[in-house]
Amino acid sequence: MSAKTTGHDTPAGDLRLVNLTKRFGIFTAVDDLGLTIPQGSFFALLGASGCGKTTTLRMIAGLEQPTSGQVLLGDRDIARLRPYKRPVNTVFQSYALFPHLNIFDNVAFGLRRRGIRSVDDEVMRMLALVQLDDFGHRRPAQLSGGQQQRVALARALINRPQVLLLDEPLGALDLKLRRQMQIELKRIQTEVGITFVHVTHDQEEAMTMADTVAVMNAGKIEQLGAPADIYEYPATAFVANFLGQSNLLAAEAAGPAGSDVPVTAHGARYSVPAVRARVATGPVYLGVRPEKLHLVDAADRVPAGHQYVTGAVTDASYVGVSTQYLVRTEWGSELSAFAANSGLGGRVPVGASVVAHWDPRHAFLLPRQPGADDSTAGLLDEPVGASS
Amino acid sequence: MTALAHVPTPTGQPAAPPPLPRGGRRRLLPYLLLLPGAAWLLLFFAVPLFQLAAASLYDPSGSLSTGYALTWAFGNYPDALQAYWPQFGRSFLYAGIALVLAVLMGYPLAYAIAQKAGRWKSLLLVCVVAPMFTSFLVRTLAWKTILSDNGWLVGLLRDVHLLGPDGRLLATPVAVVLGLTYNFLPFLVLPLYASLERLDYRLLEAAGDLYASPVQTFRRVTLPLSMPGLIAGTLLFFIPATGDYINAELLGTPNEYMVGNVIDSAFLVRLDYPQGAALSFLLMAAILAVVFVYLRRAGTEEVL
Amino acid sequence: MRLTRWLADHWVMGVALLVLGYLTLPIAVVAALSFNRPSSRLSYDFNEFTLDNWQRPCATSDMCDAVVRSVQIGFIATVVATVLGTLMAFALVRHRFTGRSGINLLIFLPMATPELVMGTSLLALFVSAGVPQGFWTVVIAHVMFCVSFVVVTVKARLAGMDRRLEEAAADLYASPWQAFRLVTLPLVLPGIVAAALLAFSLSFDDFIITNFNAGTTITFPMYVWGAAQRGIPPQVNVIGTAMFAIALLLVGLSSLRGRRTRRVGLPAAPATGRRAKSPS
Repeated sequence: MSAKTTGHDTPAGDLRLVNLTKRFGIFTAVDDLGLTIPQGSFFALLGASGCGKTTTLRMIAGLEQPTSGQVLLGDRDIARLRPYKRPVNTVFQSYALFPHLNIFDNVAFGLRRRGIRSVDDEVMRMLALVQLDDFGHRRPAQLSGGQQQRVALARALINRPQVLLLDEPLGALDLKLRRQMQIELKRIQTEVGITFVHVTHDQEEAMTMADTVAVMNAGKIEQLGAPADIYEYPATAFVANFLGQSNLLAAEAAGPAGSDVPVTAHGARYSVPAVRARVATGPVYLGVRPEKLHLVDAADRVPAGHQYVTGAVTDASYVGVSTQYLVRTEWGSELSAFAANSGLGGRVPVGASVVAHWDPRHAFLLPRQPGADDSTAGLLDEPVGASS
Repeated sequence: MTALAHVPTPTGQPAAPPPLPRGGRRRLLPYLLLLPGAAWLLLFFAVPLFQLAAASLYDPSGSLSTGYALTWAFGNYPDALQAYWPQFGRSFLYAGIALVLAVLMGYPLAYAIAQKAGRWKSLLLVCVVAPMFTSFLVRTLAWKTILSDNGWLVGLLRDVHLLGPDGRLLATPVAVVLGLTYNFLPFLVLPLYASLERLDYRLLEAAGDLYASPVQTFRRVTLPLSMPGLIAGTLLFFIPATGDYINAELLGTPNEYMVGNVIDSAFLVRLDYPQGAALSFLLMAAILAVVFVYLRRAGTEEVL
Repeated sequence: MRLTRWLADHWVMGVALLVLGYLTLPIAVVAALSFNRPSSRLSYDFNEFTLDNWQRPCATSDMCDAVVRSVQIGFIATVVATVLGTLMAFALVRHRFTGRSGINLLIFLPMATPELVMGTSLLALFVSAGVPQGFWTVVIAHVMFCVSFVVVTVKARLAGMDRRLEEAAADLYASPWQAFRLVTLPLVLPGIVAAALLAFSLSFDDFIITNFNAGTTITFPMYVWGAAQRGIPPQVNVIGTAMFAIALLLVGLSSLRGRRTRRVGLPAAPATGRRAKSPS
């Protein structure tokens, strides 16, 4: 082993980004970012293209110099270290396997650079881990996309970095292979216990794999937390619509009353539990996820305690597992509602008058720019900006 | 020589690499890398052009032995043109006719290799480049054998009465134009091939599907899409063909001499430097003018 | 009509083959003449088959001297032009700097200028600077017109190389020098080799620029030019044929190597949609 501070024998630590900023000319790609990634966690940076997530990753890898701020690994600031002196390795987008070297030499590359002579056992062990035992003599071009992806992973992991960075590692794979690799990546991460920082624009991928997700927008982190927490109680309108979809009604809140926050929206009064209100006074969005919105044909069939709006079905899309309805409210906004095709309850025909109701405990209040109108998801089943 | 094919067509550059970290050494490095090559080109390409310009304005009554004085003798230009306008005109006439022939021959060839050759593609491509594997002069001399009065070609043409009983090919303008066409044809074919190769066959099928006849498909789809390659190819053909004098010397007679023959003798035989320099400059200016007008008409200035 | 339909489908190929014949005919003639015993010095017609020319290629020693000189010049010019051009290509592809368009123009112009103009202007420079013309002025001239072609060739290879490969090397503990030696150089090398071969062939075959700057030095093309007036020894065709054969051999070897690498590859490259769809 070389004397360098890489490898499992060095105590790792949490990865902390402190006031990290990167400007390209007048464009601020990463804006005063602060973040702590606990050791051994699977962390996802989620955002649309251009949000600064890849720049953040490149600064951790050392491929980009931060304009200001710190990258702390344990107690050590590595922000000014050259990439080849950092105990950090990367799985690159589209893999960047060396085309002139075979798979064995690709995987052995990092060990050899650190002056390790006998690499055979280690390389074979790594190839076994990614289930490519017999591929050592092949060239990258002779492998399929999924196999190349696993070589890239093995090539990075063999160095036992303290942090493994993954830059859209599954972006080039087709849907089925992507699902398979998501599970495999998760398995490997659990097995090796290294901190994974995963950059992606695919909300589903982030939610399936990561312990913690940070949603990035315009160089800043909008929200950070466990996937379920973020989904169930988003912090901003951006998150509410980037991670899944939301029906957001423009409303006014007049401060908390008891354990609830009463709001007025389009002439009607609603309320939301105070623990689900990001703001309690002034302009707010009243948010309900489409799958939490249920349709009935008359107001007297709304369950007790639920709140509702009335409207008419303008569109119904059957997507197999569910049916997605568009409901036009009296004031003209279109809400979306997903009904599981569970076989209970029939489908609602287009044109029917309906009452859309929800349990107030599933609603949430978000800050709203004064003057901003309803924001409803329509029928997109992918959040805007999710496709790269 | 295939590199020529890359030259004037601005290739679709991949997305610009992310900017490199700035630092004193990094910023100086590109200039250090460029310095030797750029200095060489400046010193032995750019500076000589100024020297040539100066030489074209020397006092024409000087000589190599007595030395030349720079007298801003602009009269050298009209004088040279007056004395040698037939050779000057012939350069553009021959190169122009050769260019038309080359397009008529080169387009079908490039198209066939790019779209019809299938597995024979690389073999045919090698055949196009093959002439450049051997000496330009030796190949041109081979035309002397092919076109000779006792050769089979002249015999054949006499038999079918395309040539009179005393008709000949060698030492005629026909031989010079044939030689020019032959020598520079690969320069036209290669860039043309490169752009026809990128042409998606489905576009032609789509045109056919939308009621275009083969001729219309060619005019409306194939030709416009191959235009960048055709423009690059014609320039790479025309510029050296106009400046050539080897074909005129070896396959023609003084009656077929082009401006290059005159410049060659002005510098190397008559040692009349001012006149040679003036003719060189006129040639370059005329070529630039033709190219400029051509590119304006073709509407693609970014080619250069 | 079946015949007209067949003609409509195949006339382009027919024309193409005729043009290819036109392009390759002179090479066949050169090869044939290399086995010719000419009836007189000034005759260009095929007279009688002989192997003499191949057995004694240096019968006219002037010619072989000229060939050797051309090889020497070509070698030196190739080495210098390849080094200078490769450095410039790296600067252009891998660095940001001001003055890029000026440099691009400086590289492009020599390729677009008639050789005649470059040859005469260099002559004017050497004469006015009092530099005696000979071997080294020819080398200088050859480096000058080869550099641009080297830059273009290496640049194309370099621009096609994924930047992330070098980043991956750095990420995997390779110092900048190691990354260059182990990743960049091996991947760019085919481009550099191609550029060097191109430079050599340009230099070896150049006549016009050489003619203006050689003084009394005789290169192979200049020998042929001079001999064309006095009568060409048939050994010239031996050299021409040998050059062709060597070049063909190089092409064949490299394509064979390419094919071998491909064969080890995936069992079958998927047919491109375009070819699969083209009507037969």
